[in-house]
Amino acid sequence: FKYTQYKYLNQQCIILRAIFINNEWHSSVSGKKFPVFNPATEEKLCEVEEGDKEDVDKAVKAARQAFQIGSPWRTMDASERGRLINKLADLMERDRLLLATMEAMNGGKIFSNAYLMDLGGCIKTLRYCAGWADKIQGRTIPMDGNFFTYTRSEPVGVCGQIIPWNFPLLMFLWKIGPALSCGNTVVVKPAEQTPLTALHMGSLIKEAGFPPGVVNIVPGYGPTAGAAISSHMDVDKVAFTGSTEVGKLIKEAAGKSNLKRVSLELGGKSPCIVFADADLDNAVEFAHQGVFYHQGQCCIAASRLFVEESIYDEFVRRSVERAKKYVLGNPLTPGVSQGPQIDKEQYEKILDLIESGKKEGAKLECGGGPWGNKGYFIQPTVFSDVTDEMRIAKEEIFGPVQQIMKFKSLDDVIKRANNTFYGLSAGIFTNDIDKAITVSSALQSGTVWVNCYSVVSAQCPFGGFKMSGNGRELEFAWLVGNYGGSMISELNRIQTRKA
Amino acid sequence: MATTNGAVENGQPDKKAPALPRPVRNLEVQFTKIFINNEWNESKSGKKFATYNPSTLEKICEIEEGDKADVDKAVEAAQAAFQRGSPWRRLDAPSRGRLLQQLADLVERDRAILATLETMDTGKPFLHAFFIDLEGCIKTLRYFAGWADKIQGRTIPTDDNVVCFTRHEPIGVCGAITPWNFPLLMLVWKLAPALCCGNTVVLKPAEQTPLTALYLGSLIKEVGFPPGVVNIVPGFGPTVGAAISSHPQINKIAFTGSTEVGKLVKEAASHSNLKRVTLELGGKNPCIVCADADLSLAVECAHQGVFFNQGQCCTAASRVFVEEQVYDEFVRRSVEYAKKRPVGDPFDVRTEQGPQIDQKQFDKILDLIESGKKEGAKLECGGSALEDRGLFIKPTVFSEVTDTMRIAKEEIFGPVQPILKFKNIEEVIKRANSLEYGLTAAVFTKNLDKALKLASALESGTVWINCYNAIYAQAPFGGFKMSGNGRELAVLCLLQVTLPVSEKVGTGLFYLYVYSLIHWL
Repeated sequence: FKYTQYKYLNQQCIILRAIFINNEWHSSVSGKKFPVFNPATEEKLCEVEEGDKEDVDKAVKAARQAFQIGSPWRTMDASERGRLINKLADLMERDRLLLATMEAMNGGKIFSNAYLMDLGGCIKTLRYCAGWADKIQGRTIPMDGNFFTYTRSEPVGVCGQIIPWNFPLLMFLWKIGPALSCGNTVVVKPAEQTPLTALHMGSLIKEAGFPPGVVNIVPGYGPTAGAAISSHMDVDKVAFTGSTEVGKLIKEAAGKSNLKRVSLELGGKSPCIVFADADLDNAVEFAHQGVFYHQGQCCIAASRLFVEESIYDEFVRRSVERAKKYVLGNPLTPGVSQGPQIDKEQYEKILDLIESGKKEGAKLECGGGPWGNKGYFIQPTVFSDVTDEMRIAKEEIFGPVQQIMKFKSLDDVIKRANNTFYGLSAGIFTNDIDKAITVSSALQSGTVWVNCYSVVSAQCPFGGFKMSGNGRELEFAWLVGNYGGSMISELNRIQTRKA
Repeated sequence: MATTNGAVENGQPDKKAPALPRPVRNLEVQFTKIFINNEWNESKSGKKFATYNPSTLEKICEIEEGDKADVDKAVEAAQAAFQRGSPWRRLDAPSRGRLLQQLADLVERDRAILATLETMDTGKPFLHAFFIDLEGCIKTLRYFAGWADKIQGRTIPTDDNVVCFTRHEPIGVCGAITPWNFPLLMLVWKLAPALCCGNTVVLKPAEQTPLTALYLGSLIKEVGFPPGVVNIVPGFGPTVGAAISSHPQINKIAFTGSTEVGKLVKEAASHSNLKRVTLELGGKNPCIVCADADLSLAVECAHQGVFFNQGQCCTAASRVFVEEQVYDEFVRRSVEYAKKRPVGDPFDVRTEQGPQIDQKQFDKILDLIESGKKEGAKLECGGSALEDRGLFIKPTVFSEVTDTMRIAKEEIFGPVQPILKFKNIEEVIKRANSLEYGLTAAVFTKNLDKALKLASALESGTVWINCYNAIYAQAPFGGFKMSGNGRELAVLCLLQVTLPVSEKVGTGLFYLYVYSLIHWL
């Protein structure tokens, strides 16, 4: 297979850079390759085989073959599927350092976060999903007439999965974990900016003993490989995490082609509401982490902070103090607390939005521009006196920029918080139980955090209202249709006449 | 039982047959004391009791004999481990699951040791202990490890302006009394769900077979369960068992054993503190073979169904009803099978049947065999002990058995197959349901309508169609009528070890978790 030797932290590592189909490494049908970069240094790390429609076709064929009735994957005990997934978790634990380094280098992620949070989350998610494999139950139903009727939950089939660049490995596992647990086969397209950890997972999947064709990985671009998956006539379901703009294209393509099932995990402009009775230090810290974590590149970023009038000035003061505490630099270097943005496109978009903030009259409290002369670094930026019509209050920035707005009344802030097409997450800070319950029920948000933020765990469903997405990830009650929306499991009703 | 999936390279099954596992030679029994708070204690009374190898009739070793005082100590430890704020209570659900997974790993590591101990202590063939008992233990542990963080409550839209939700909470200190026929497996069936849900446990293994339970204690300590979470008190029923059943600080008891003792346990539970009770008792399980069955399949399943584990299974197929037209042929083939069944040293790889567990059982079985002869059943083969010494009984088949005979009504728990005749479906349903037992049943037929009709009509916790002893961790197991109360395995049993708690928050009342940090480690 094709690989590149790369030196990091005084150790050799092998970077896999080919297309993974049927547990084998393939070159692209077209012969093309694409470059992969380190956003902290802007240098090219390597070139990866560029998948396009023909490669996707090959991958889907392999996935379909692996899904045939009678195949090793279909005849395997459900508990054995769970065993394989646990084995994969063990292998990730073994290769944790390598994967974390690759993720930090390719994704611009602070190394300690990659090692502790991303890899920790990956392993826990896999173990959670492994446990569900043999617990996905149907029911027997006493219906009218002399019939014996029961439902079975069956895998949907070939699942296409398109992964983003902000949490490349974690999002990869959020997609394949539940899908494999339910017995599906998958064709995964990692983001073109960050394919490396996904390809390493290919080698672990083979090592763990998954039958060939169960997991296939096709690196490439959205308009080519991604579009090929969304409109493929033999893909039964597509799962996408990324921007709302692209999410719409995918849902369209799914409708136009074969009505494949769609789940979407899109953007957000998540509100964080701080009441005057909140624990102020707690609120400042969570709101800060909520918007600055991973250079602001989180779908759940707390990018609209509503602070009650009476504590507004103090809140801004403490937030600015907090934002000034960053050490920017190469994310592999210990002591560095903020890395680069992922690429030039994002970098320019964020700087443009910062300029709009200045132009439209927000008060720039700190930061407000680029940093350093190499790599896509942006200074941590805080705007106060932000009003709802400003671009920075409406558009998803996906950068280290915090907007702090003022509010007077509870009803008013609920209206303003809900006044967006997004609805992914929200945070509330208060010690008053009535406020907590009232506001959390009123917010149109997939997740509401009370006195905390960014708490995500494999056991809980995650997903958005409105244009932040369709469907939920993780947590199987959703996935197997207990709530009506069957995502990766089909409910099959079997009826037999009783004697 | 389910096969082990030998998938290795690229999901393809391993082509070469694995070598047969070997028992551990000259195994020293290390763990003979009472296990409380992850420590090994002597009995308060100073008494010990002996455990024997039923194949050789030799004493294996002496075990500390627990009594009420030791049970009290164990319960104290279990209660302390269950206190709010204790390490066990503060452990998050996925971590509990991890501990169970790791325990499964250690059982797998020490599989040969445990299988050897089990064979020494019970007389069951070593290969059965290794491939069936131990396989079941490992799979059950792994199954429940997966449930730990998936036990969900609900939010409920009630009338009025109230927030209402349920949470499942562990019950508290659970008592478990396990039998001698599948000592380790039955222990794991009790332990895994209880620990999965966050309870603490006080266990009494059967006095005939304490060795594997105590070895498991050492693994529980090695894995890192906090002290007091699992406590093991070997001893006798009327002392330790009774103390557990009537202990006021034990909130639940699970018992597997005879119906006679099950009744005593339920009585004691009621008398004391109304502790929740689940019982897994005896059976006199009907096996119905219709004329259109695949006859060789039926013969084989019925044979294994009654003779497996020396006949010492609650699921034993101890009333075989065969439809008239195929009766003679069925009997002929069953006798052939029974005559071929190799009886002998359980460590010999060819052995399928070892000795009965002890003199008491042995005598009871021979007494029932004699009653069969006296009451007019036709002895087709076997019918007596194997040698002058020892607890081995020849595989025995009776035909022309009628419903009033003792061998057709009483649980034999030995290698004795009574075969009865029937004419039609309605008749056999009535006869099959006529006893107070109702644990399992089996139906052999190729006809779909017959299969479904019989499956619905039989008063039985489990009905097997064209198979036997298909028992998996994923499916609930338990009896109707006097074969038991409640179900083991699967998610249903988790409802028996948790209490759903309703929480309602109205205006003015206080609840709702609010603090949480990012925890990925």
